[in-house]
Formats: sequence, structure tokens, C-alpha cells
Amino acid sequence: MAMSKDFENAVEGLAQGAAGAEAAAAGPQRGPEADAASHPSVPRLRARFGDAILHHEVVAGDEHVVYVRPERILEILGWLRDDPEERYDFLKDLTAVDYGGGRPLQVVYQLWSIPYRRGLRLKAELPLDALEIDSATRLWHTANWLEREVYDMFGIRFRGHPDLRRILMPENYAEGHPLRKDFPLRGRFSRAEQTRRALSVDLDDIYFPEELEVGGIRYRPTGSGSAGEGPGAAEGGAA
Amino acid sequence: MKTKTVEYLVTRNPELGMDGRPVRVPVLPPGVEPELRGEHMLINIGPQHPATHGVLRLVLELDGETVVRCIPHIGYLHSSFEKLGEYRGWNQIIPLTDRMDYLAPLIYNCAFAMAVEKLMGIEVTERCKVVRVICMELDRIFSHLLWLGTFAMDVGAFTVFLWAFQERERIYRLHERYTGARITTSATRIGGMLADLPPGWTEELQHFIDTFPNTLDQIEALLTNNQIWIGRLRDVGVIGPEEAVNYGLTGPNLRASGVPYDVRKDRPYYDYETYDFDIPVGEHGDCYDRYLVRMEEMRQSLRILQQALDRLPDGPINVDDPRVILPRKTDVMTDMESMIHHFKLVMEGIRVPPGESWFSVESSKGELGMYVVSDGGSKPVRWRVRGPSFVNLSALPRLVEGHMLSDVIAINASLDIVLGEIDR
Repeated sequence: MAMSKDFENAVEGLAQGAAGAEAAAAGPQRGPEADAASHPSVPRLRARFGDAILHHEVVAGDEHVVYVRPERILEILGWLRDDPEERYDFLKDLTAVDYGGGRPLQVVYQLWSIPYRRGLRLKAELPLDALEIDSATRLWHTANWLEREVYDMFGIRFRGHPDLRRILMPENYAEGHPLRKDFPLRGRFSRAEQTRRALSVDLDDIYFPEELEVGGIRYRPTGSGSAGEGPGAAEGGAA
Repeated sequence: MKTKTVEYLVTRNPELGMDGRPVRVPVLPPGVEPELRGEHMLINIGPQHPATHGVLRLVLELDGETVVRCIPHIGYLHSSFEKLGEYRGWNQIIPLTDRMDYLAPLIYNCAFAMAVEKLMGIEVTERCKVVRVICMELDRIFSHLLWLGTFAMDVGAFTVFLWAFQERERIYRLHERYTGARITTSATRIGGMLADLPPGWTEELQHFIDTFPNTLDQIEALLTNNQIWIGRLRDVGVIGPEEAVNYGLTGPNLRASGVPYDVRKDRPYYDYETYDFDIPVGEHGDCYDRYLVRMEEMRQSLRILQQALDRLPDGPINVDDPRVILPRKTDVMTDMESMIHHFKLVMEGIRVPPGESWFSVESSKGELGMYVVSDGGSKPVRWRVRGPSFVNLSALPRLVEGHMLSDVIAINASLDIVLGEIDR
């Protein structure tokens, strides 16, 4: 049962294609550049990271948003956490926003400094064909589940995450990433197909290989029912 | 059929080495002689299990009775509220919020309305502010009482459960008289509340405030100095202050570890800085301190409730803002402009200007953040809930390692999670 190329592209969010590229070229919606002196951390960020700080704006009255280059996110987050004058020691939230229309996905970091009682929001924009960013798990344990949720819901991969797998959707979920704008509200499969899949879950999908190993159950790496058909069986046979 | 090529790196406690690769910690629990190590056993708890407080599933790797590793599985209640919210008008999202934390629905109603009001630049009326403070503090007690009853039952004390639920029933009645529903309250609207307080409601609340401390004293007499209670909870599930912050714990769980972080004090909203109340802080970060902190929080909430009742001002409950509030029904019947206004608000919904806002409130379980993003339409582009239970539960594997199997139940109960909000 090979999935068609179109379907795979749709699942990966690449189907938005040419129309998306136009919207992406138009750029994301950003407010005017804010007065840097209005937040104590922003001038210091600019002095230290220079052109990695792309934009600074104030939203909803008092919320400061700083757009940064995704390649340097880990460096910036680490500095903000450890610098004695910043001490953003609490990662409140890590999530993503999809504006749709082929625009880049935003990864949003909500930071809070418990000692200095101030907050800062960092955003890193990822184009749809390169959804990968460094994981913040080496700075905060709390990033572990939050990044798994973003991966599950948006399909953004976090480099260096110790355990990047789906968290809310089942591991064998094959319809893509639900919170992306191109994902239809009721899912990609028909109700009949969804029911069939829900009823045909087997042991490998409920337990993970390491759990099965501890429980003394041999793990079948190619999934169930693949014997004698498809490329999976051929590989299994060779091994 | 495609080959399954997922690489799993489930480590006992995912530590990262110098090169950023996960380091596998040896799976030997502390205090076990190497030659006494037996074969490890796999135990599955849940998803349908009374002690997991919902449909949480824990897979435990045990060495004898000692937990070597815990892998939580969540998502059994997943209803994709955040996705549903992107297909609903701003006021229509409010019923979704109270289905998340059905143990403290009013706090979630208020938090969402506050985030949208912040984005629209609406300042609610003085009366509405105080009514919302009453709602939130009442539901803090409401939620802590359920936690108290089930926690005690998990650790083996049944009486407390009955006493706590008797008191909860009174709050249920207050909910029902005000909103018409016991759990799914949907009490707020953007710019105000669904209605003003019904007559006699404040007297009933006053009666609750006067009599509830009595029950609380009785429960404390049963538990606080109880040898079995202390023996089961002290030094169980300990987490230090720095680690607790790093794990993102908030609310009573964080304060039990000695970090005095409370959104009501650190970033006050709705004039919380003018109320006289204290933030209880623990010292040891164990289950017993989490118990003590929540018990004291209920008393502090009563203090806030009393002050709020005393200062409850007269005046309108809803803002006078035609963008969000429907005109009066009599005007709709007699006045053409009001009818058009009513029609447009109902058919098109509220329009929120483009932008985004984040609003944090101190929910009963920790910091609840509502993040809304609008593109100027009548539906949000993104609605994100930073659920305190979700983040608190992610620390569970760290907390239960090295403890006995029976402690897993106590630690899980002490975290006070609600699966509706974790799975969303």
C-alpha cells in the first residue's frame, strides 16, 4: 500500500507550493521596530549577537518580541539563561505558530526571569522546507515535552533532542501534523479508514521497543503484517 | 507497507553529554547491591486506573519494587482543542477552556477572556474584576479540595475524600446558581461575564467562607500530624529549587521546593497587589511539603475571597464597548441601530485586531498561560494554552526514579494533574 507522492507531500506540508512561495516572499507580518531602550535585555542582546537579532517589537502594550536567526537560537537562549544580568532561568513555554499561506513557521520561546521579574519572547522563523532547529533540552528539561508537542503538532524537528517522538497523537499516526494550517479539521483519512486504523493497532504501537525488551517480548522492527509484501519485507529478509 | 525506521532514545533520565548526545545512565537504582540485581520487570499502570487521576498511562521498569525508569504515555483524551479553537469565534472558545481543567473551570474561562481583552485593549469594569477574582479564588479551593480528597484516598485515608467532597458540593451549588452548570461553567465573555451575580449569591458565598475553615481544621487534624501520613510522604519525590525551575514546575509544586514564584505576586493582574495575602513556601520539595503548601493556599484563598466580597463594588459587570458586548434586549426590539449591532455581533462575531498577546494567571495547578494570535479576523490564527499540568507531569519520571512502586501513586497524586488539560 504505497502512499502516493501527492499525499506524502501534503502530509509534509509541501503541497502549498508556488502560491506559498509568493506569500513567503511577501514576508511575515511584523510590527514597527520598537525602541530598543524600552527593554533592558534588548540592547545587550544586540551588542552581543549583532545581526543574529533581526527585529524587536512590542505587542499588546507591554510584551517584547525579539526575532532571532534560528541557527543561533541555542547560543542566545544559553546566554540569556546564564548571564548574571539577564537570568532568564524559566522557560515558560515553547510553541509554534503557523500563519498559513506558505509563510514560515515561527517557533516561540516565552522566557521569564524569576530573579528580575521580567519576560521576553523570542521567535525564530523556519521556512517550510527546512523545519529544523536546535533543541533547548540541554538548557531546560522542560523543553523535552514541549518540543515533542511541537514536533507532533507542527512537524518541526529539534536537533539533539534525546527522545523526539510524538506525544499526544499515537506513534503510528500517519496523517501528518494536526496544527498546521494545511491540515483539514477532520483529518486526512476518511472516517472509515481512521476507524480501521484505530482497530488494527498492534503491540508495537502501544509499547516502545525498549519497553518490549524489558518485558522480554521480541520486537518486530518492520511492523505487523508486512511479511511477503512491500519493500519493508524485503529489507527485513535481508537482515 | 513502509518499513518502520524510528530510532528511539528513551533514556532513564535524559542527560546530555559534552557533545550534546544523550548519555545513558546505568540502570542501577541507588542502594541496590550489584549481585542482588534481579531481572527487571515491566509494569503497565493505566490508562484506566483510579490512581492515575484520568487516562494517564505509566510504563514502569522495576527492579524488585524499586522504580528504575518511568515512561508516561499521554494523549488518550486528546481532542485537539487548540485546532478546534482556530475554527471558532472568540467567544465560542470559552466553552472549550472549561473542558480542559474541569476541576477549576472558572480560572480557565477567566484566563482566556483576559488574554483576548489584553489584545483588544479592553479594560474590564471594577465589578467584573472583583467578580473574576472571586471566581478564580473559589475555584482554587474547588480544585485543591479534589486534589486533597483523591491524594488522601491514594495514600489510604478514605474519610478525607468524603469530607472534601461535601465541601466541593457546596462550591458546585455556587457554580450552578451563578452559571447554570456545575462543571462546564463557561462563565466569562470577552469584556465581562455571562451575567451579574444572582441575588443571594454573595450571602451563600459568605456562609461558605465562614464555615469552610471548620472542615479544613478537621481534615488537618486527621492528616497533618498523622504518623502514617508523614511516613508515606516525607522525603518522597524530592526536587530541589534549581531543578524544579529547570523542569518548569509551577504553582504549589514549585513553591514546595522553596521558590516563592507566584504570578499573583510577581506579575499582578486584577489588583492582586492590593489584596492582603501570603504565599506559602515549602522547604524540602517533597510530597509532604506539597501537601502543606496547598492546605495553606486554601486558607489564603479564603482571605482573598473575604476581602473581595467586602470590596465588591456596584456598577455594570460588562464593559460599555460595542465591539464585544451585545446591546440590551429591549433596545434590540425597539431600536433599529441596536438590532443591526446585535445582528452583526452574532453573525460575524467579535473581530480582534491583528497581533498577539500572552496572559499568565496563577491557576490552582500552576502558571496558566493563554497565548492568542490574531490576524484581524473573527477567529484566532493560533490559540495556545500553556497548561501547568502538562509541564508538571513531565517531571514525573525524574521524581519517581529510585522510589518504591507504591510511592509512584503518592508522587503522582501530589503533583495534582488533570488529564483534560494535559491532553487538550
